[in-house]
Amino acid sequence: MSKTRTPALGAEGWFTEDGDAPALVGNKCISCGTVFFPAASFFCRNPDCDGRDFESTRLSTRGTVWSYTDAQYQPPAPFVATADPYEPFALAAVELPAEGMVVLGQLAAGYGVDDLSVGSPVELVVETLFEDDDHEYTIWKWKPAS
Amino acid sequence: MTSNHDIAILGAGMHPWGKWGRNFIEYGIDAAQAALVDAGVGWRDIQFVAGADTMRNGYPGYVSAATFAQALGWSGAQVASSYAACASGATALATARAQILAGLCDVALVVGADTTPKGFLAPNAGDRPDDPDWLRFRLLGATNPSYFALYARRRMDLYGATERDFAKVKVKNARHGLENPNARYRKEVSEDEVLASPIVASPLHLLDICATSDGGAALVVSSMDYARRHGAGSPVRVRGISTVTPTFPNTVIEMPNFASDSSAALAPPALTFRDSITAAAYEESGIGPDDLSVAEVYDLSSALELDWYENIGLCKAGEAERLINDGDTALGGNGVTVNPSGGLACFGEAVPAQAIAQVCEITWQLRGQAGGRQVEGATAGVTVNQGLFGHGSSVVLST
Repeated sequence: MSKTRTPALGAEGWFTEDGDAPALVGNKCISCGTVFFPAASFFCRNPDCDGRDFESTRLSTRGTVWSYTDAQYQPPAPFVATADPYEPFALAAVELPAEGMVVLGQLAAGYGVDDLSVGSPVELVVETLFEDDDHEYTIWKWKPAS
Repeated sequence: MTSNHDIAILGAGMHPWGKWGRNFIEYGIDAAQAALVDAGVGWRDIQFVAGADTMRNGYPGYVSAATFAQALGWSGAQVASSYAACASGATALATARAQILAGLCDVALVVGADTTPKGFLAPNAGDRPDDPDWLRFRLLGATNPSYFALYARRRMDLYGATERDFAKVKVKNARHGLENPNARYRKEVSEDEVLASPIVASPLHLLDICATSDGGAALVVSSMDYARRHGAGSPVRVRGISTVTPTFPNTVIEMPNFASDSSAALAPPALTFRDSITAAAYEESGIGPDDLSVAEVYDLSSALELDWYENIGLCKAGEAERLINDGDTALGGNGVTVNPSGGLACFGEAVPAQAIAQVCEITWQLRGQAGGRQVEGATAGVTVNQGLFGHGSSVVLST
């Protein structure tokens, strides 16, 4: 029996695999147009705006690298290690020009810091973060693009 | 010049940093008693206790001012406990100052102390999917060094900084710390040793990243009138305090967040958050970067110290590498001496005590009591740090 594919606890609704390509899902203030990721819950955080109504919005799926690093040592819980011994992974902070924001994510499996430089293009993918007997818990990642 | 915002530092005290494994209250009380002795003020004369909280030591840590007051012996003093992550000490000092400047009390005790676990600072136990600090570990595996490394890598790609430039900061601070009896690490380190230490978060090596430590620091502060009546002569004065939050939109990604603010609807402010921290303290005090002799900045990583040179106005963006390579920020250098205490590189971080410890160091520097790490003729100094969740912290002091 195949495992159920579901977003990792805490990331439900933060991204979608529906449509042509996976995308992060944030929301946008209807009054001022400010974008939030993760989605804003109650009030618009623009200090000049008193908006309380938001519309869901898919964030740009491509951006450029703001900076990047990796994790050579296993992070502490609640991080869940997927391999024993631990396998390092990389992180990228990615600038999305249309949204005017930087979004952090792990780098797609098989890529490392040598594949990036500040300003290089990346695209969003959804991959498995960790698994248990019944589930495959998914998360967004950034993948170097041409 | 004396502004009506000045308060006096009558006493400073610390418990040495280390991995002692004892209750944080012990470190706080040792530091408090040292500060009281230094001030020549009795515990029963303290009217107000401001505590900087620790989140890792249960309930007593959340009500730190009362915890310390009880340990010193209930005296009826008024208390306030505050938490602002790494900025907690500055927030506690700001609280004490507000009481003094409002005329609600004359003399106050400010205390922060911590006992820390081994290794990475990690969130408290239990599933908390609505807590960004829990989520960043679970969903991204993003530790504190991950964020420090993002800033470091950006310096390399934008300004041509090298890992050796970062190592030079560690070497400088290690040398400074040799002369500090309160420092945990008192050992000279070479650039090659830093570069040979394992990479934790590329491009940062183990010796680029500060450890977590146990420690305690305390200050006795008073109104200028009380200081005169007390016969304090010309005490070191607190001239300005900044506990600013960021201004929206903050387009720099900050720990523990997943994303920066969006500038889609509103342009970013003229000053970045880190630039704005000391700017507010400079403005209040009328003291600027050109007036400084000494600075204690939050070198969570060696590379971050270079960011601070620019953020506190010692040089323009992209010029910090030149300062460290020319030796300007080292003791005896041509510029403002940075981290004569040895900084976090020699202390390791004891979160609620650290911002208070920075003020202790500047106080001793301005009194000429810093021994082998004394900045000659120091007349003005600044501290700066940044706490998780949008807490700026800066204190400007002068003779």
